[in-house]
Amino acid sequence: MSRYLLIESRDPWESGDSRHFYDLATDLAAKGHDVVLFLVQNGVLGVRKGSSSTLVQKAVDAKVKVLLDDFSLRERGIDDGERTGGTTLSNIDTLVDLLADGRKAMWH
Amino acid sequence: MSKALTIAIMDAPYESANTTTAFRIIAAALAKGIDVNVFAYEGAVALAMKDQQPHANPVRGTTVEQEDHPTTRAFIAGLLALAQEKGARLQWVNCGLCVDERGAGNWIEGVRRGGPPDFLAMVEGSSNTLVIPTR
Repeated sequence: MSRYLLIESRDPWESGDSRHFYDLATDLAAKGHDVVLFLVQNGVLGVRKGSSSTLVQKAVDAKVKVLLDDFSLRERGIDDGERTGGTTLSNIDTLVDLLADGRKAMWH
Repeated sequence: MSKALTIAIMDAPYESANTTTAFRIIAAALAKGIDVNVFAYEGAVALAMKDQQPHANPVRGTTVEQEDHPTTRAFIAGLLALAQEKGARLQWVNCGLCVDERGAGNWIEGVRRGGPPDFLAMVEGSSNTLVIPTR
């Protein structure tokens, strides 16, 4: 089992690439790998409960650990009550810890 | 091997939130005492240019002082100072070919010129590497 850190900076509606990046996360998790998906910048926009995108919910359902950058949420006015269940409020310190821990890291 | 992170960045100044996030990651790592290597590629070599100046905002009618406009070179100077304060090492290397293409060689103190062999050495000496590409 490998440990992955996927960092998504783009929103789900910006391009088709995002769906493929989420697919990568869920496929890795389905194969038994430990996958953290860290959403930052516009990547947090898909976390709103009323969002037309189901990518975040599918990732949560696939046992991907979905972490949300608090700074990015505040910038975009997304509060706790709006977040998709199963996601975790996080911060840049945690991201650094995950990187320093040697997880295989990929930015999109 | 002590913990160190290598971060490759490519976005030019004032273009992308990627730069802000990269600065945040670097600052958080240094605050933890983690050494950081930055390899600035393509437009990112201009981030450290000494000639950057804050400006007033004629639309809002503010002065330079009131606007307090942040420059990327000031952010990098702050990161270098933070490294010193925390006893960590921040190595900032600008891709030489990218610099020459852009005539962007006048940097603040603490930044140096390098190339792919420097990036390779950074990667080999780090706990992890994060590449933040342009779109």
